[in-house]
Amino acid sequence: MTVLIDSDTRVVVQGITGREGSFHTRAMLNYGTKILAGVTPGKGGTVVEGVPVYDNVMEAVRKHQELNTSIIFVPSRFAADAVYEAIDAGLDLIVVITEGIPVHETMRFVRYARLSGVTIIGPNCPGVISPEVSKVGIMPGHVFSKGRVGIVSRSGTLTYEIAYAMTKAGIGQSTSIGIGGDPVPGTSFIDALEMFREDEETVAVILIGEIGGDMEERAARYIIEQDYEKPVVAYIAGRTAPPGKRMGHAGAIISMGVGDATSKIKALKEAGVEVAELPSQIPELLKKVLKKAGR
Amino acid sequence: MKLYEYEARNIFTRFGIPVPRFKTVSTPEGAREAAEEIAGRVVIKAQVLVAGRGKAGGVKLADNPDEAYGYAKQMLGSEIKGEKVNKIIVSRAVDIDRELYLSIIIDRSIGAPVILASPEGGVDIEELARTKPEKILRIVVDPIIGIRDYQARQAARFLELSEPALKKAQEIIINLYRVFDYYNCELAEINPLALTPEGGLEAIDAKVILDDNALYKYPEFSSELVRDLTYYEAEAKKMNFSYVELDGNIGILCNGAGLTMATMDSVYVLGGRPANFLDIGGGARADLVERAVSLLLQHPKTEVVFINILGGITRCDEVANGIVRALEKTGAMKKIVVRLKGTNEEEGRRILEENRMYVLEEMDEAARKAVELGGRR
Repeated sequence: MTVLIDSDTRVVVQGITGREGSFHTRAMLNYGTKILAGVTPGKGGTVVEGVPVYDNVMEAVRKHQELNTSIIFVPSRFAADAVYEAIDAGLDLIVVITEGIPVHETMRFVRYARLSGVTIIGPNCPGVISPEVSKVGIMPGHVFSKGRVGIVSRSGTLTYEIAYAMTKAGIGQSTSIGIGGDPVPGTSFIDALEMFREDEETVAVILIGEIGGDMEERAARYIIEQDYEKPVVAYIAGRTAPPGKRMGHAGAIISMGVGDATSKIKALKEAGVEVAELPSQIPELLKKVLKKAGR
Repeated sequence: MKLYEYEARNIFTRFGIPVPRFKTVSTPEGAREAAEEIAGRVVIKAQVLVAGRGKAGGVKLADNPDEAYGYAKQMLGSEIKGEKVNKIIVSRAVDIDRELYLSIIIDRSIGAPVILASPEGGVDIEELARTKPEKILRIVVDPIIGIRDYQARQAARFLELSEPALKKAQEIIINLYRVFDYYNCELAEINPLALTPEGGLEAIDAKVILDDNALYKYPEFSSELVRDLTYYEAEAKKMNFSYVELDGNIGILCNGAGLTMATMDSVYVLGGRPANFLDIGGGARADLVERAVSLLLQHPKTEVVFINILGGITRCDEVANGIVRALEKTGAMKKIVVRLKGTNEEEGRRILEENRMYVLEEMDEAARKAVELGGRR
């Protein structure tokens, strides 16, 4: 088993005719992802990488009733509209790759998705990969390997770095979820921890956080309150970040006294989570906690 | 982007939030004229973005136009906490019975706007949250529906007001939400909101922070991309990179925000001192890499440049070519440590080795090397 995506995942790519959309459509197809359709308003009837393109999502869903997932590469000014379209077309999972969506718009579509029972990953995220099963995202597939550890992360390349270190150490991943670097993500650390909790295949979880907000502290509280059974190993980026400065991601900012790395690391440690000082220490810590848990 | 007080006051005025009469000026003569026009006592306020200008001498009470002239002369052109004062406002002084607090913020963890109200304004809200949390009311607003009248009533009631101020407060809260909504604010704050002896309410200070991602909707602000930025931050922004100044000597350049933060943290954990955060994002070509590397090579405090690239959509050969060109053009004699991994790694390595540069494969060993060259703290 995996979480979010599996062998039944059927994908429509919104913004498929753009530079990034077409490039990653090819990469996902090469990885084995089942992409049935693409959407770009005004480009219906064309074909990209062998995938038929439609003018809107409803039409794509009518033609390909197995569609259940969308990945969005639409530019930031039009991305919110693309999300509403995907929600209204009845898809179950929407992965929003687009960076730079105004947070007021994100607040509204995340709320709308919740009311509609739809899962949103992102925005501003690398997507989701279940190694050797499916990839709905932009991550380089080869650094990941199939296994039993779940990853949930606010960052892209840092996840690749950690997955690469794990793969080299012979530790594979069940699913890696990039929840994105925006202040208001569609899926939080707690949501992801819940998904991994239900997943029999996943035996441990790696949580890759960073400065800004209090999602890590909330995850720590959740781990304590729920008596979370699976061992969690964490890494928090930004311990040398100055307050009030946005560190690349829209959400990576210590503001109004909230969001520094020290508070997050402390909260996680108090919840019994092993926190790595360097990304390279994660495989070792994982082996330690898995041994302790008798797995 | 944080707005200057006078910009926020202008917005408030347009949205029906009462603000004391004021003029924005940039000369002492202008300040005198403004004071004459407003008549009576006025407050001279330096227009800077740094917090805490009051304690740093950026707010003065003037009894007459000559005093206004004098304070304006002192302030204009001076620096407040390192920020130059180019403009000041001359504002009618308000008699204050009590100071209140109102703001609308985004609560990231619930993904919704939140109204914050307190009958005890004039102090830092974070400070108040620590000392008297019971004096702050939080009301969550549905981002799709927007503020409801009952919510504004509830918040106004919490300010411990009687009529007619109570009714006015309710209107101010609704108008503040309209500002927050219309301008895609991260924060819209009135602190303090003054209750006058006559039962009036006036916004004595105005703080508005706009979401950078929504700036394109407001041409009056979006033309000004480099506000509040240092030279290096502004240069990086022109290339669409994010850059943040730190105080060490090891320049950090990576692809991706998380990896860049992790790289600077690693340098620190291993005993070194990072000089900056420079994230070139995904897919940067050689010409942009060249400009980014040149920026770090120029920086006077940077002694070592540490480049850590994990190539996905970023190609290692493009990065290598950019580095080589930056070195050729700037002729800089600084030490460079490069770690390349991922797409076209072999080609990148060959390019750098031909130019007598070392390439390391693992992030930790590269960070150790950078610390060794830059010296331990």
